[in-house]
Amino acid sequence: MATPVLPKLVGQRVKRREDPRLIQGLGTYVDDIKVAGMQFLAFKRADVAHGRITSIDTSAAAAMDGVEAVFTGKQLAEFLAPMPIGTPFPSPEHRAVAVDKVCFVGEPVAVVVASDRYLARDAADAIVVTFDPLPAVVDPEQAMTGKPTIIHSAFANNLAVPLIPSGTGVAPDGSKMDDTAINKAFADAEVVISQRMVNHRLAPSAMEPRGVLAHYEPGRGTMTIWSSTQNPHILRTMIAAMNGLGQDQVRAIAPEVGGGFGAKINIYAEEYVAAAISKRLGLPIKWTEDRSEAFVATIHGRDIIGYVDIAARRDGKVLGLKLRLIADIGAYNMLLTAAIPTLTMLMANATYDIPAVRATLTEVFTNKTPTDAYRGAGRPEATYFVERGMDMLARELKMDPAELRRKNFIPKDKFPFATQMGAVYDSGDYAKALDKALEVANWKDLKAQRDKARAEGRLVGLGLAMYVEVCGIGPSASLPTGGWEHSQVTIERDGRISATTGASPHGQGNETTFAQMLADQFSVPFEHVTIHHGDTSVVKQGIGTFGSRSQAVGGTALFMAGTKTKAKMAKFAAAMLEASEEDLVFENGKIFVKGAPAKGKSFADVANFAYIPVPLPPGLEPGLSEEAFFEPSNNTYPFGCHISMLEIDRDTGEPKLLRLVAVDDAGHLINPLIVEGQIHGGLAQGIGQAMIEEVVYNSDGQLITGSFMDYALPRAIDFPRFELESTVTPTPVNPLGAKGVGEAGTLGSTPSIVSAAVDALSEFGVKHVDMMLRPEKLWRIIQAPRPGSGQGGAA
Amino acid sequence: MAQVSITVNGKVRKANVEPRVLLAHFLRDHLNLTGTHIGCDTSQCGACTVLVDGRSAKSCTIFAVQADGSQITTVEGLAKDGKLHPLQEGFWEEHGLQCGFCTPGMIMSAVNLLNEHPQPTEPQIREGIAGNFCRCTGYQHIVNAVQYAATKAGR
Repeated sequence: MATPVLPKLVGQRVKRREDPRLIQGLGTYVDDIKVAGMQFLAFKRADVAHGRITSIDTSAAAAMDGVEAVFTGKQLAEFLAPMPIGTPFPSPEHRAVAVDKVCFVGEPVAVVVASDRYLARDAADAIVVTFDPLPAVVDPEQAMTGKPTIIHSAFANNLAVPLIPSGTGVAPDGSKMDDTAINKAFADAEVVISQRMVNHRLAPSAMEPRGVLAHYEPGRGTMTIWSSTQNPHILRTMIAAMNGLGQDQVRAIAPEVGGGFGAKINIYAEEYVAAAISKRLGLPIKWTEDRSEAFVATIHGRDIIGYVDIAARRDGKVLGLKLRLIADIGAYNMLLTAAIPTLTMLMANATYDIPAVRATLTEVFTNKTPTDAYRGAGRPEATYFVERGMDMLARELKMDPAELRRKNFIPKDKFPFATQMGAVYDSGDYAKALDKALEVANWKDLKAQRDKARAEGRLVGLGLAMYVEVCGIGPSASLPTGGWEHSQVTIERDGRISATTGASPHGQGNETTFAQMLADQFSVPFEHVTIHHGDTSVVKQGIGTFGSRSQAVGGTALFMAGTKTKAKMAKFAAAMLEASEEDLVFENGKIFVKGAPAKGKSFADVANFAYIPVPLPPGLEPGLSEEAFFEPSNNTYPFGCHISMLEIDRDTGEPKLLRLVAVDDAGHLINPLIVEGQIHGGLAQGIGQAMIEEVVYNSDGQLITGSFMDYALPRAIDFPRFELESTVTPTPVNPLGAKGVGEAGTLGSTPSIVSAAVDALSEFGVKHVDMMLRPEKLWRIIQAPRPGSGQGGAA
Repeated sequence: MAQVSITVNGKVRKANVEPRVLLAHFLRDHLNLTGTHIGCDTSQCGACTVLVDGRSAKSCTIFAVQADGSQITTVEGLAKDGKLHPLQEGFWEEHGLQCGFCTPGMIMSAVNLLNEHPQPTEPQIREGIAGNFCRCTGYQHIVNAVQYAATKAGR
């Protein structure tokens, strides 16, 4: 009888096994969970951006039938310590609920515990708070002057981080600076490009708002906390520390998580408050964020100004790059806030071999919601600044933007490449990605199309951008949580496989990709493998899913745990077959001596023997369950090239994205279907930033874009069909050769789109336009009087 | 409190509810039909979309008392006799979802779209789901999923 041959799954477009439950409404997100006796939290939040709390009257709220308790910030501070951060930078005290002063609109000032979510909201609304308002500052460059206000008294001129230098001539610890090389680059330059650019503020906007359910059981002295988080193990660590519990006494569960995009890395005020109140009252406590709350209470992304100077020769060779960064981090440091803009510095070298690069970073407090990681987290900013600068240089030199890039690429034979910024790029072939993108877009023909459209009077432009990002961050010296991931692979007694991963997914499809890997590794049916995640009592250790790390780091840990388990299984099989384990093969659900499949043992038989080993082979313990921690020796550096074609309506200024070609190189791919989805999603967020999304505050620090009525989240009608291709340059950093792909789409899209817009507006002499491409902004450019003509542009 | 009688996925449900209870909360909290999600508080995101008397509606814009006497279909009522609805199949086949949070509402909107346009063009699909936000997919695979279902139904 012929044995059915199992297909190799790694590299295949395997349908996701997460989907059947999700398409039938059978997934369980935090707000779907009920615990008997559960109470609901509602927060009273500041409606001024900066002010001293002069009074809080909670009496009406406390008197409501069904209200269990009301706490002001002062009352909470008696049993809840200030919020911890995860970076080594100095930080002002940050209370989960403000005690005597508020620093941004939406900062909590009191919290209600009630038996019903509607009632909790009623009670929060019944709390009366008065403020003595202080001047607010929302512009970071104004805040740096110390006028009109100092937000935190210990931070002069509102400088959270006064100035960090990095790059050529700067000692790694920043202690010594030698300007010779960077000064020479600019002295030797035949052309210098200088531009101030703004990479504006965004709302991450995962479709599932945040939520938490904390259940402290006084009898057992243990806490279970369900949260919509990207990293339950980090949550467990923080909740334990903040509640005087051991990590063994806290169980953190990330059930189905409805998107994160970096915003659900943080451990938030609401999580600390829910846990502390649950412990205080001995009751299960639930909080579910409203969308309007999310706009003020969940971290924002980006918001960084870049002063870009590029020194070059007329032949296009770049001699030097200066990047002065001013990051508006909002009112407080959150978990990784201060570290995110340092990634912009790290990636200032981009894809180029530049003799001298100098970056400086200043971080500034303003009266706004704190910023932190948002998809791309520091790297899209670097890409945007450098690539826009390169596009300006190409325009100045009247060079094809592709050829300018090609002239400056780090050549493929120079990898691993130590950059001026202290990164060591693992592998790369930038010209290959560029060539592929030019081929897919049909660049020559595209330029002809553009020129033809222009001849017809249409405003059509092309933009091209390269990117390189840093993913799968490791080793542990570079990540405060530890730069590893953990996995355990168990062959169950019936021969099925259970595996755990600390890379807790929230849409990435790890249950599928990881099962593909193990099915191949053991040559068993895909259906026989289950991946467990998101529960700290099931998954022993873990870091989480962020920084495009789940495959490169988590996947490798899984592969290593699988390798260990397989080696032990081979020992049991060798004993059963009276053979040497080196001669065994795992194939189609059987283990046999090479060349003799008929005499082999089934996978289930060997598993059963491992658990009932009679007799126990010498030197072996019973059982088949091995674990592995994987810590990469270096980060991975995926790269690619994005090309955009855009048209601007001459009458209305409305931009329309006509084409977007993305060529991405993430190394080896486990599931190209899932990778495509990741790139689409990243592109959508990049296009959203470039074209329609923007968090706007007025000068008083009031959030103007506080709901989906005012913040333009992209819809299906806002996108063309994306055109994707890939190149494959494996990383030597891990045995899978996988680099990570979750954030890639956000990198090349923004500069390529803005460059396309500038190209479309070239007849108006425009050199740069800041995002987002609001029609009114573009219309003004079209309408502006042109030098010499004395006329509007749209005559 | 007001008494309502609402037929949900073919079953009559009678309940006493506060007049201000949203249909979305009624379905989720009272009936434990948690497949209907809530992603905003201004009726933009569409995660709460259900069918009311056969037409798609955002259940966060309707009070439960307004739905008294109506027929509601939620995502839980879409598969019949253990067989997935063609749209559910399409979303699975075409990788039309990632985190899955917008998916139930997206599918219910697409049901309405295919009822009105059984063989929609791509612009009709994009327009038809413009009331539903997805932050994960960039919509392209969702469009493919709807096309899959339309093609399957057309055969």
